[in-house]
Formats: sequence, C-alpha cells, structure tokens
Amino acid sequence: MAAIHFGYTISKPRAIDLDRNNLRKSDEILREMPELQTCIGCGSCTAVCTAGNLTEFNFRKVHTLVRRGEYQGAYEEMNKCMLCGKCRLVCPRGINTRGVVLLIKRKLGDF
Amino acid sequence: MKRVIIIGGGPAGMQTALCLVRRGIEPVIVECENELGGKLRNWHVLFPTFTPASDVLTELRRKVRENRIGVHLSTSVETFTDRQATLSDGRVLTCDAVVVATGFTLFDARIKEEYGYGIYDKVITSADLERLFNEGRVVQAAGEHPRRIAFLHCVGSRDEKVCQQHCSRVCCVTGVKQAIEMRRLFPEADVFNFYMDIRMFGPGYEELYREAQQRYGIHFVRGRISEAAPTHDNRLQIKAEDTLTGRPLRMSVDLLVLLVGMRANDQNAAWAADNGLNQAPSGFLQPKDLFLGNVRSGVEGIFYAGTVTAPKTIGETVNEATAAADAVADYLTTKA
Repeated sequence: MAAIHFGYTISKPRAIDLDRNNLRKSDEILREMPELQTCIGCGSCTAVCTAGNLTEFNFRKVHTLVRRGEYQGAYEEMNKCMLCGKCRLVCPRGINTRGVVLLIKRKLGDF
Repeated sequence: MKRVIIIGGGPAGMQTALCLVRRGIEPVIVECENELGGKLRNWHVLFPTFTPASDVLTELRRKVRENRIGVHLSTSVETFTDRQATLSDGRVLTCDAVVVATGFTLFDARIKEEYGYGIYDKVITSADLERLFNEGRVVQAAGEHPRRIAFLHCVGSRDEKVCQQHCSRVCCVTGVKQAIEMRRLFPEADVFNFYMDIRMFGPGYEELYREAQQRYGIHFVRGRISEAAPTHDNRLQIKAEDTLTGRPLRMSVDLLVLLVGMRANDQNAAWAADNGLNQAPSGFLQPKDLFLGNVRSGVEGIFYAGTVTAPKTIGETVNEATAAADAVADYLTTKA
C-alpha cells in the first residue's frame, strides 16, 4: 500500500553532534597543521577573501566545521578558493591559510 | 606608635601589614578564618606560570610571623570606623586608620541551575578543581580515562540573570590554565572551553592561550552552554551554539568545570552604609577614583586593598596592598 504523502518532510537535525561525528579526519588535519587550532575566529580571512566577495565561500566557517567533524560539502566549498593568499597576509595568528585549504582538499577529497 | 587595623588576612591584608611595619606603623590583622591566607589557601597553582600558590602563601606568612605582626584569628569585625573596630568577641580595638582587605565571595554555581552544579557529581567548579588538585583527587572526579572534559567560562560573570554584570577577569586565564593541567593529566582526553570572549589581559596570558591551542590542542568554542543533562551511562550531555559556524552543538562529557566568578561580599552594603562609603553597581566597594585614588575610600582614615574593590589577580592585589600601605603612611604623617 502506497503511503499517503501529505506534503510534509522530516528536517534533518542541524545540531553538530560530537558524539556521532567521526573526528578522525579532523584530528589528522590538526596533527598536520596544529597552527589551525590557534584560530580566534576574527574573520579577517573571510573579510579579504576574493572568492568570498563573489560567492558564499566562507573560509573561517568551513574550516571550523571541518574541525567539528562536519565534512559534508567542505571539499566543494574549498574548491571556490582561488589560492590568492590574501587571507594568509592578514591572519593575526600567522596561520598558513592557503595551506589549510590545500590540506582540507587533500584529506576530504573523497567526501 | 600609630596603629592600623587591617580587616582580612589574605594576600592583600598580609602585604599591607608587612609594608606598614617597614614604615614604623603597627598593623593588626583581623581574620575571620582560623589561619591567614584567604582564598589562596585552596588554590593549587597560579596562572600564567604554574607557580604553586603555597610558594606565595608560605613567603607572606613567614614574613608576617618574623615581623611579629599582631593577628586575631577566627575573629571577624562587626562594625568599624576610622578610629576603632568592634570584633565578634566583643572586644573594641582602637586605631588611627583602617584598611579594608576583605576580598570577594565566590559565585555560588548552584544558582545557575541549568548547569546542574550540586545535582550532578560530574559538574564541579574551578575552585573545586584547584582543591582536587591539591588533594590529588582529580582522577576520582573525572574518572580514570575521561574521553572529554568541558570548561564553561563566565559562570556568575557578565550575566544579568544572576545580578552579576561585571567581568571577573581572572576566570578566562584560569580556564586556560586548568585546561592545560587537565590535558597534562589526561593526554587522551579532548578538552573543550566554551567562552563568550577570551580576555587575556595580563603579561604572558595571550601566550598561554596560544600554547593551549597549538601545543595542547585544546578546543575553544565560542558559545555559552545552555544546559547540562545526565546521560544513561553517567556522563553529561551539554548543549551550546557553536556561534562561529552558526549551528547548535551538543556532546557528552565526563566532567564539566564551571569557571565561577568573583562577586562582592554581602557585608559591603552594611559597612558602606555605616561609614558613608560608596559601592559600585557591582556591589564591590568603590574607590575614591580609579586613577590617583585607587586605595582611598573617599572617607578619612579608611583605605582599601585587594579584591574588595574589584576582581584582581594575586600580583595586582599584592601591588595594591603596597600602595594602600603607602597611602596610609601618608595620611598618618599628614595628620600628625
């Protein structure tokens, strides 16, 4: 018997659940580039980002999500980066942000 | 010889007394507990250098003893003016000036019911953690192999809901220090610090914060925990917003440490009313001015030292005590 479709759907939970997320990739990324941990979320990288001014790309948000084990879509997002390196010039913590983009793409290419 | 009553025998009171003795003034310390040291007695190590609190305490106590400074223990001051103090045992001490060095009260974390302090044994305060370190009982509280430990900043600070709108200042760096200590003790555990702002105001603090991030891999999440609830396996589930990703976040932890703030002593109000002293909106006693009169009350013969006027570090407190003794000596010379 076909179920009657009332036009409702179940929303996927938006919460980041660290008990469910697999942090293995995130740990690998942080082990290779521990300086990423020093991010203070100032948003300078995103403010100067050429790609971010033209698209929805937000480097700060994407790498923070990756660190929480939210890998879905991160690779595609990082593909928007044009590797101009302006973010690295402004980062007050001296994080090699361009290196982070490349590292995340390398680690999460199969996601 | 001029005599000065110092109310409170913590670091501020002891240092004030030591500086007064050097100037030929007789200090008398009145301490309500049965030993000198104040809140520092329960502390393990001090930020940002991990210096044992007992180093500072032992040194101050030794000097107080060597200088034969008069100390009344287990005695509190009921009322006082600039010329006398009535003690809890009924005695009245006369004096030429009074230094109020009564410090602060720790915020009672039970008031923030949503975090479950006093209900769940996996929720402790930063002060509890220092005590557990001193007693060597941290493992007992966190378990042999905790997987995850969370710290929550600003409990009882910057929170209108509990009438504490001020910043307690020292909890941020205490949280970073304690997070590092936990990582050293439990290298396998993930440590998360939930913060609203990280305020690293002192020398070496920012460096310690960075070390916590890079060397110790401590996770800093900008967002305030909304609630803690027990899980079926006797852990705690906490919820917050990860504001930097704009998503709700939840996780279970083996231990939740609440970084409790400093609040003003309840007694401040009565003493202020008795003597015409001013109280700041935070309840702390308000100095004459914040630039050239930090240790003066605005009332002749009554002075302040330490955290009775605002949250301060041990170093700041000791420096201020020196300044208070200087102001007292100045006052007594001018009056003579």
